[in-house]
Amino acid sequence: MAGFPSSRGREVLLALVQTIEENKAYLSEIDGAIGDGDHGINMAKGFRRAKEQLGEKEINLSDGLALIGKTLLTEIGGAMGPIYGTFFLKMSMQAKDKPEIDTVVFGQMLKAARSGVEELAGAKVGDKTILDTLAPAQESYQAAVDGNLSFEECLAQMVEAAKMGKESTRGLVAKLGRASRLGERSKGVLDAGATSCCLIVEKFAAVLRE
Amino acid sequence: MQRIINDPNLVVEDMLEGFAKAYPHLVAKTENPRVLKFANAPVQGKVGVVTGGGSGHKPAFVGYIGKNLCDAVAVGEIFTSPSAQAFLDAFKAANGGNGVACLYGNYAGDNLNVKMAKQLAELEGIEVKTVIANDDVASASKTEREKRRGVAGEVLMWKVGGAKAALGGSLEEVIGAAQKAIDRCRSIGVGLTPCTIPAVGKPNFTIELGKMEVGIGHHGEPGVLVTDLKSADDIAKLSLDYILPDLPFQAGDEAVVLVSGLGATPVMELYIAFSKVWNVLQDTGITVYRSYVGNYFTSLEMMGITITLMKLDNELKELIDLETESMGLTQLGRR
Repeated sequence: MAGFPSSRGREVLLALVQTIEENKAYLSEIDGAIGDGDHGINMAKGFRRAKEQLGEKEINLSDGLALIGKTLLTEIGGAMGPIYGTFFLKMSMQAKDKPEIDTVVFGQMLKAARSGVEELAGAKVGDKTILDTLAPAQESYQAAVDGNLSFEECLAQMVEAAKMGKESTRGLVAKLGRASRLGERSKGVLDAGATSCCLIVEKFAAVLRE
Repeated sequence: MQRIINDPNLVVEDMLEGFAKAYPHLVAKTENPRVLKFANAPVQGKVGVVTGGGSGHKPAFVGYIGKNLCDAVAVGEIFTSPSAQAFLDAFKAANGGNGVACLYGNYAGDNLNVKMAKQLAELEGIEVKTVIANDDVASASKTEREKRRGVAGEVLMWKVGGAKAALGGSLEEVIGAAQKAIDRCRSIGVGLTPCTIPAVGKPNFTIELGKMEVGIGHHGEPGVLVTDLKSADDIAKLSLDYILPDLPFQAGDEAVVLVSGLGATPVMELYIAFSKVWNVLQDTGITVYRSYVGNYFTSLEMMGITITLMKLDNELKELIDLETESMGLTQLGRR
């Protein structure tokens, strides 16, 4: 499989909007267990606004991701606005001026997203946050790239690691954010940010493979 | 859900419309629909005082826009931090050329968005300094005070910071006074029922009938103790057992007492609890210098109460006594 043409940005943006919309209630329900139950609602609101701003236009991938990032950053608020805003803006910067998203470019996008979120939130693996999905996903992807696997294989390994990372949050005690105030009581349920991140990573893989 | 709303997804927008219409002499809209400002803001040469936070806490936060109080407020979704853009636009609306004091509560979302907005403001030449309220004694141990949430003590922090700015204080002085106010504040909440975010449609935590949760947060964050519902006197005593030793408040101290309802508790009951607070303080040798009893910082339609004490010194007395006019807090000078 060759690289993914950057010109198909609209497709990626709409696919991401769709997956967040479809899982809006589920994400809010997870968030309600140890957060305030609005993760899905706020994410969906942000993604919907990005879709509205896109309208009927075509857009390249870098600009599409920047549109999502800026919308989340400026209009959504909460902790997730700046965190996902940074995630998508960092990805967008790495995709800039690349006609094709290939194995290497996507690896750079993932790496930039991860370090941007780490820096902003001060989170690390095991804190029961988005990084419990994002970090292993990025590492597995990179390991697959280093092992000279195909783009498709790399994406598959990334999704596997993301899913395992997301599931790992069930057994974790939250160290950051509102849920961290629950201490031991935050155990036993998934982290909403790790779950939405897994959905996003899975959707990326699905679209890029097509 | 028994609520007086139109579209549950638009409660914040709809509320802001009504709020701006109700107090045109106090508040003005800005280009950002999520930012309201004092009608006279910005005042040239005065340090701008800004706060912001999620909605659902009426009168907080927009209710504290006013004379000798906050100059601009960033408004978030229900229980969700305003965006970095909203904080930035609030800084701009409040900036009178001598810097902006952003006085807000310790929540992950607010911390991130203020941090980003502060960086963006610096790029535009606006100096912003912050005080992060952390008066809730139940939200972390004393050794981890930096993890504690900001609750009703924020009202006293805004009162003090707003007054210092109005009296011509520099940015450092405003920040210093507001920091001192919150450092000398201790609060605790007791919840009797859960609350429902309209767009979610159902409560996302439960408190059983006949029980109460001590140390509950302003968004229903779990407290430190779930126990049988007690009398107003016992709730007051129990709350002070957490608050007094934490600072500590001691015989000879003078204090401000703020008793706030959480939204659905009848105001009458707040006075019943306040009376016991006053008695316990008197027995302990602590003088109540000024009292505020009412719905000052709520949590949608939660039933319950928060009790806040602030230990005074001469500077704080002067600042607490300064007259002010806002929807949430209006007072003439001292007595």
